[in-house]
Amino acid sequence: MSASTILIRGGHLIDPAAGVESRKDLVLRDGRVSEVTDPGKTSLEKVKNGKSKAGNGTNGGGSNGAETFEVIDATGLTVAPGLIDIHVHLREPGQGHKETIATGTAAAAAGGFTAVAAMPNTVPTNDSPEITRWMQAPERGASVRVFPIGAATRGLKGEVLNDFPALKAAGAVAVTDDGHPILKDGTMREVLIQATRAGLSVVQHAEDTRMTGGCSMNYGPTAFRLGLRGMPPAAEYGLVERDIRLVTELSANGKGRGGHSPHLHVAHTSTAQAVAAVRQARRNGLRVTCEVAPHHFLLTEEHVAAYDTHAKMNPPLRSEADRDAMIQGILDGVVDAIATDHAPHAAFEKEVEFERAPNGITGLETALGLSLKWLHGEWKLPLGRVLSLLSAQPAALLGFRGRGTLTVGSFADVVIFDPKAEWAFRAKDSKSKSKNTPFDGWTMRGKVRWTISEGRVVFQGS
Amino acid sequence: MNPSAHARVVGPVRVPTPSFPVSSTYSTGSLLSVTSLTPESVSHILTRATALEHEDPLERAKRLAKRRIALLFYESSTRTRTSFELAAKGLGADTTLVSSLSSSIEKGETLKDTGLTLRALGAEAIILRHNSSGAPWLLERETKLPVLNAGDGMHEHPSQALLDLRTMLAHLRGGAETVTADTLAGVTVAITGDILHSRVARSNALLLPKLGARVVLCGPKELLPDLATEAGPGVEIERDFHKALEQAQVVMMLRIQAERLAGLQLDLEEYKAKYQLTEALLAAHAPKALVMHPGPIIRGLELTGEVADGPQSAILEQVRHGVAIRMALVERALTAGVKA
Repeated sequence: MSASTILIRGGHLIDPAAGVESRKDLVLRDGRVSEVTDPGKTSLEKVKNGKSKAGNGTNGGGSNGAETFEVIDATGLTVAPGLIDIHVHLREPGQGHKETIATGTAAAAAGGFTAVAAMPNTVPTNDSPEITRWMQAPERGASVRVFPIGAATRGLKGEVLNDFPALKAAGAVAVTDDGHPILKDGTMREVLIQATRAGLSVVQHAEDTRMTGGCSMNYGPTAFRLGLRGMPPAAEYGLVERDIRLVTELSANGKGRGGHSPHLHVAHTSTAQAVAAVRQARRNGLRVTCEVAPHHFLLTEEHVAAYDTHAKMNPPLRSEADRDAMIQGILDGVVDAIATDHAPHAAFEKEVEFERAPNGITGLETALGLSLKWLHGEWKLPLGRVLSLLSAQPAALLGFRGRGTLTVGSFADVVIFDPKAEWAFRAKDSKSKSKNTPFDGWTMRGKVRWTISEGRVVFQGS
Repeated sequence: MNPSAHARVVGPVRVPTPSFPVSSTYSTGSLLSVTSLTPESVSHILTRATALEHEDPLERAKRLAKRRIALLFYESSTRTRTSFELAAKGLGADTTLVSSLSSSIEKGETLKDTGLTLRALGAEAIILRHNSSGAPWLLERETKLPVLNAGDGMHEHPSQALLDLRTMLAHLRGGAETVTADTLAGVTVAITGDILHSRVARSNALLLPKLGARVVLCGPKELLPDLATEAGPGVEIERDFHKALEQAQVVMMLRIQAERLAGLQLDLEEYKAKYQLTEALLAAHAPKALVMHPGPIIRGLELTGEVADGPQSAILEQVRHGVAIRMALVERALTAGVKA
């Protein structure tokens, strides 16, 4: 799989950012997309004049005399920009028993992802250029591109700001305090100002933790019945609204700051009111974006009923009305990205009392299958828009240049999948080190056949 | 990032149903929540309770002779622990008590490992009291043994609700053992006090309406959120204690659970002025009602000593019913058979 040239032949290309949905052949050379042509028209096949083994319709090697190349027969398959997940927890450094960068990105590749943005709640916290570089070093053995998101404040404590320009120079694509949201108005304001100066987005896990102490699910009748303390939806949307007020104020003054307005990205939106607040902010012309995780557009708090710790995450599964609002937001375009919040935990950590279990589930290997099955199959979101939410839009959102599209010159980040295939996901077969998923045994649609990261085949499925 | 023009209103959407059932998965003998009970299964439990209660003790002790039952208690208990133990021993079983303060739980052994250890020691069923809601589900999932929930956190206390039911039937329905969806039609049970933290309130509020009773919950907002009525059918809220008493054939009082208040500030004097059950209130508003309390009672707080000791009180009678009900549940746990 080390050929530096790959011909992808016979597939149906969907490249939402380029507005392409038709049969195309692609040539990947030296980690980039070098040709996108009508079927049979690439330079590799034109020159060979039938001499090449590539003509026999099977996958394998090809040669036109001047160049050897690998051939991928994508007949009947969809070819799309590699998926991009802007919210994953790879657990390194520090928690290699849950996941490593190698295993997490192997799971990403198996799920069709070619780039992931890694959260800074590592041990130690990703506060520094050193850790940011360490996470991207070749020694980590990553299958796909890792974009670290730096901690906004030292140790995620919400007090002292980290050095944003240094984090950016080391490769950080945004800053966040992740699961320790910035509650102090003054600190959040300063984070927005400094991040904007440094050209970084601010990602906020919106949770007013003053309202959620000791809570392990959504607040409501179900939590009452189950005897569990609940997180009120206001803990989420209240903070989203606070952040939007700050962005409004800073955007109004933006001209004095070099013309740039802050970019606030709301992580894993789960309440109807939070989506409504983002919708309104956008109408007001603000740079406010949001993502939704598959579990928040599929599951509700009722899934907690048997105290299954695989139904425990933060933000929690919400009410049916909230779940419907996530679907609505995805369909009408307010939601900018589907992100998994891939949060691996070892089995022994989840095999405890519900209230004591850590938050989070894995998601990299189920995002595409669930999105195609439900968003496309059930709720009729066009395939191109589903793929855009999983690639072009998240790439644009965090400024991943040359990714999320397959135009000539882009990175050769490609996913090739069978769009019709239905299959049952088995947690035990997951490439992730952890198997904490509520989707074990669920039907997925769309089977990933190849994932190619910067010209290298990093996953091949059957 | 451009919002597109594909706006569409989502109606009721079809989504996957929960992949894990609410009721017991592994053993028909488990009792984790009253939500899994039907009038038929309740009738069976009540019938067996009476039969076992009246059986010759020497004959009864052959029923589960030398079978092994573990009592696993993570919280202190007087009534529940003793009555489960007496019930199991009354059926001839060997019991062993493991409590969190005198076991390897103190050393950090998890619930899963404790359960597996008990199973390895030959336990055929585990009676669990735990301070965390839902713990019996975990124990059942990991050990595949029948589990009897003897109180889990703020969630449920099913055997208490069943013994409360038996007490009510003895007074209001001539000790009926066969119950239907309207056996308690016309009966209002007022449950007053710390509803929020009460597993007894939850189990009663979920069980009694299945048999036709009306449950009225009473207490201040801090201890009784409005959404309590949405937890199940047949449940209402009446914040005025006097009005709640006037409607009630059964008055169930609850203790303020100081150990679960979690920082909640409550003015006890104000609470007593509004919600304490006194002889005068009882005479004025509910002179014929049955007074119940799951215990432990705090005399002078939720009710006066005179009420607890008074003629309308069934508090100690409840305790007696507890042994009979728990004999039926222990028998059921070991004889109901395991699902394939």
